[in-house]
Amino acid sequence: MPSTFFTESPHWRWLIILYFFIGGLAGGCYFVASMIDLVGRPADRPLARLGYLIAFPAVVICGLLLIADLGRPERFWHMLLQSATWRPMLKTYSPMSFGAWGVLVFGGFAFLSFLGAFGRDERRHRLALLRPPALLGTIISVLGGLAGLFLASYTGVLLAVTNRPIWSDTSLLGALFVVSSASTSIALLLLLGSRRALLGGGLHALARFDRIVLVLELIMIAALIVSLGSLAGVWLNAWGALLVLGVVGLGIVVPLVLHARSHTPVSAAARAAALLVLVGGFLLRVVIVLSSETI
Amino acid sequence: MAEPMGFYTDTTVCIGCKACEVACKEWNQLPATNGGRSTLSGDSYDNTRRLDGIHWRHVKFIEQFDADRRQGRWLMMSDVCKHCVRAGCLEVCPTGAIIRTEFDTVVIQSDVCNGCRDCIGACPFGVIDVNPVSGTAQKCTLCYDRMRAGMTPACAQACPTASINFGTIRELKQTAQARVEQLHGRGERGAYLYGADDTMLGGLNSFYLLVDKPEIYGLPPDPKLPSRNLERGSVWSAIGAVAIGIAGLLSLRTRRTGDA
Repeated sequence: MPSTFFTESPHWRWLIILYFFIGGLAGGCYFVASMIDLVGRPADRPLARLGYLIAFPAVVICGLLLIADLGRPERFWHMLLQSATWRPMLKTYSPMSFGAWGVLVFGGFAFLSFLGAFGRDERRHRLALLRPPALLGTIISVLGGLAGLFLASYTGVLLAVTNRPIWSDTSLLGALFVVSSASTSIALLLLLGSRRALLGGGLHALARFDRIVLVLELIMIAALIVSLGSLAGVWLNAWGALLVLGVVGLGIVVPLVLHARSHTPVSAAARAAALLVLVGGFLLRVVIVLSSETI
Repeated sequence: MAEPMGFYTDTTVCIGCKACEVACKEWNQLPATNGGRSTLSGDSYDNTRRLDGIHWRHVKFIEQFDADRRQGRWLMMSDVCKHCVRAGCLEVCPTGAIIRTEFDTVVIQSDVCNGCRDCIGACPFGVIDVNPVSGTAQKCTLCYDRMRAGMTPACAQACPTASINFGTIRELKQTAQARVEQLHGRGERGAYLYGADDTMLGGLNSFYLLVDKPEIYGLPPDPKLPSRNLERGSVWSAIGAVAIGIAGLLSLRTRRTGDA
């Protein structure tokens, strides 16, 4: 029996699964928004604005979920400050320590860009400085986008840097999570963008982006299973069925088919595809977390 | 720093009396489970079952019997935190609650821990768990408070057969090696030390004399540090992020070029 099977589960359950999912959306939506702002058409800026408007509330929810999950929530600040000396508490080699700072730093950028999203209002035009093409806004978007990618991926590394079965038996969870965060974030922007009847051109580009990312996600899941080797056999149960049917089938293959058949990103099929991608992304985290937790 | 201290547990003389479990609970004021009512495992005399936040010592009962139960033996082992020289729990702890003491032991400061539980999954031996009373992760402290007062840890003090030996690691290794040679001389060729040398996590400051494979005792054959995945996991994450960036760039810029 592999040595990872002699360990105990850390009891990370629904709050952490929700954090992984919403954290992925926060980081991913910010990253996509910054990409649109930095390299997209000016006409698509409302889509980027939508991304910023999602990212900040989402990262606030993430913070609350993380605090609620602690055994002693009132000591959440011990993650950031040494309780005895009040000096900064940072271990670069501990993903949770580095991640706590990552959530804080990303939260700062997300807040600034959230404010910047209100800059189109005449009375608050100075807030526009916090968004590209202003220099300050460009710096914020670039750094915030990188922090968003970090937030979307470090959770996978956090799981890998344990001794638990599945989690620590592969190095690909961080890569899978960042790809999945991108696919779910694009799906959320497509879904909300189409409801608001935002610009069709930008939505077309996002739909194309989503198709590429979904294919990448499919490749990453296959690579993950290969990297587990014979250990992947632990998924020959209900979790494996959920992974194949729920995550791969419902969350990737069906949306790809729907995307292929839908001519416009505002069609009912495209919206259904986006919804299924979000469901698949959530189920992916459920399978990854709980299939190890229950061993 | 004082000389490294620890436990050497000779499982061949353990009689399964559980005095160590009781002494540990009493000294460390650990609560009973199930409101103090007995909860029987139903398939073993071992009703503690595993180490956790309120069981810092656990006497394992390994019952090896043939199908017809004519041939068999009991193996008993008082399990505890291994106080690894390179400790996975200490590596990942984000609050600095887990520290290495002047005795080279590993202690969780309960007033600093915030119950994130990262250390539980990081421990290669499944030693740590949450104490529901404090809401924090807890495990054996090797009686840090007693050691500072020059006293022997409660479990070693209570052990009636000297299965649990406490002392400096240097002396314990000598004692343990002599015992292995004695057992080999008596024909017990399967006797060996688990975790006594530095090849296993830099050495375990609580090491064991075993007479069967580690797995039989519920011990991992090849325990590793959680940080082994840090570099590779980070590199793959970065590659994933770059792939997403390129995909985004292609999707958005292609359209931009097309529009131009």
